[in-house]
Amino acid sequence: MNNPIITLEGVEKRFGNNLVVKNMNLEIAEGEFLTMLGPSGCGKTTTLRMIAGFEEASAGIIKVEGERVENKEPFERNVNTVFQNYALFPHMTVFNNIAYGLTIKKVPKAEINERVTEMLKMVQMEPYAKRKPDELSGGQKQRVAIARALVNRPKVLLLDEPLGALDLKLRKQMQIELKRLQKKLGITFIYVTHDQEEALTMSDRIAIMHDGILEQLGSPTEIYEHPKTKFVAGFIGESNIFDGKVTAVDGNLLTVETEAGSLQVCGEGFAVGEEMHVSIRPEYLEASTSPVAGFSLDGKIKDFIYQGSVVKTTIDLVNGQEVKYSRFEQDQTVSEGQKVYVYWKPEKAVAIKKNEQGAV
Amino acid sequence: MSMTDQAAMPKKKNLLPKLAMAGPVSLWMILFVTIPLFYIIVISFMSRGVFGDVVYKPTLESYQTILDPTYFQVILKSLKAAGVTTLLCILIGYPFAYIIARKPKDVAAKMITLLMIPFWTNSLMRLNAWLLLFQTSGPVNNFLMNTGLVSKPISFIYTDSLVMVGLITNMLPFAVLPLYSTIEKLERSLLEASADLGANARTTFMKITLPITFPGIFSAIILVFIPSLGIYTVTDMLGGGKVLYIGNIIKNQFGSIRNWPLGAALSVLLILVTMLLIFIYTRFAKIEDMEVV
Repeated sequence: MNNPIITLEGVEKRFGNNLVVKNMNLEIAEGEFLTMLGPSGCGKTTTLRMIAGFEEASAGIIKVEGERVENKEPFERNVNTVFQNYALFPHMTVFNNIAYGLTIKKVPKAEINERVTEMLKMVQMEPYAKRKPDELSGGQKQRVAIARALVNRPKVLLLDEPLGALDLKLRKQMQIELKRLQKKLGITFIYVTHDQEEALTMSDRIAIMHDGILEQLGSPTEIYEHPKTKFVAGFIGESNIFDGKVTAVDGNLLTVETEAGSLQVCGEGFAVGEEMHVSIRPEYLEASTSPVAGFSLDGKIKDFIYQGSVVKTTIDLVNGQEVKYSRFEQDQTVSEGQKVYVYWKPEKAVAIKKNEQGAV
Repeated sequence: MSMTDQAAMPKKKNLLPKLAMAGPVSLWMILFVTIPLFYIIVISFMSRGVFGDVVYKPTLESYQTILDPTYFQVILKSLKAAGVTTLLCILIGYPFAYIIARKPKDVAAKMITLLMIPFWTNSLMRLNAWLLLFQTSGPVNNFLMNTGLVSKPISFIYTDSLVMVGLITNMLPFAVLPLYSTIEKLERSLLEASADLGANARTTFMKITLPITFPGIFSAIILVFIPSLGIYTVTDMLGGGKVLYIGNIIKNQFGSIRNWPLGAALSVLLILVTMLLIFIYTRFAKIEDMEVV
């Protein structure tokens, strides 16, 4: 990558004996919207806090615009943070909250007025300039927090689950607003969330973290269509995952022996005898009441789950494993308890190496 | 729903339950606080009889006496001592409270207990211990003499300085507790946000920590200043009666000297100072829209 704005090289963080971020390598391009996604405790927030300077990296190099910052104080770094709980100063008005950073930097008063007013307009909070944070709703507080960070014109904005406390509807609205804002300003956003839908909606690239390890880094499409690890396949969207062993390789068509039976998947770089995982999305899984050509797994229809936009059908396989397929309407060709043959197009399934971690 | 029902109900209310609950306390307060207080105010305007009794003949004599330079000096000195005590208690108590508040909860609880243990022992015992420690042939002087640091014992006791030390140690918990409770509520993310926006530690303290914990500071001021103005045990024992403060004078007027009107007038003055402080506090609390700790 040419001139990444943020570079992490071998960054680690240790709390006592607990290694919460392990050998993190990451380059973030200028103007990029990068999301760090993972379950709680995966080290995503800690990574963000190391970039901001609130946590000291136990090892590794952190660069902002090519300059090493790991020993700099937060106030010496050209990044700003939007906090999870907003962290607005309760004793100051909305205006003074936003003006805080500029006041500290001794920007002339007229310019402060101008820039703060501009920010208030941008986040549509002009009528609330004289209010105290206590008198604002969650969404309004969030807007002020964003304005307070952006008024400093940072190169990089760090956002730590900024929409976590908002209700679903407001969250969706703020997601779109944030994405528009980011495009308009061209600022690099590093966004931490545990909400995969949020990540898929907003990001240019997603970094998936698990147990302190960067599992996969890629565009939302890459992450969704080509998960590189079992964890990513299971974490992003819904997947039916099989553990098995390659029994035959024919070009890129692999035959894999699993507890549920023998199945097929397309993949490269696998050898006969190798243990691996196969992931198939519910939208690509097929079930037929009559035997099919190629391969199929025996199963029995368990039940139907109505989810509004789709109806999921669950099937118990012979080994007791449960798989799901989804359709826009309930599959009328099958009924509960009926024996079915489960199959899919091998190119729709994803072959995943076993124990492949930190593959970037 | 009960809320709205009650609000919609006609004004006629049954006062009996409220009276039953508030009655005993109100009666107690009226009998043992309000009436004595009024009595003090009334006799402060009366005259002293030849044998030290109160003669119910209205006069402003007691208040004129207060303005007499001798008394006035004592009042000023007391205000100054209470002021210095308060200032030092805050200066010592704030960093102490800050450190405790930043510790994990269980450690903080232990530290608060350590602070409170001396506070639970009888204050006369504590004051006597101070006297024994610092008297001419006490351990402190012995140590200084034996190590050759001084050639003659230092007379610590019955001095203004020892009274001051006594006052501070006596009052410190009153400063630390309200400070601790406000600092403890201060969210760490606010300090991080301040640093993130370019403020160094000093600026963050001045612009964020201090203003947000100000209610705690003001509570500490009230809780330390008012008792140290009126306290007489510390000044009596550590000052040995040589050091006169307003508290001692009031105690003496009601005791050995038997000039109740003068004692009452001095008490009224103390009450007025106290009320002034509380008035400032409530005004301040209202303006800044901050909660009383």
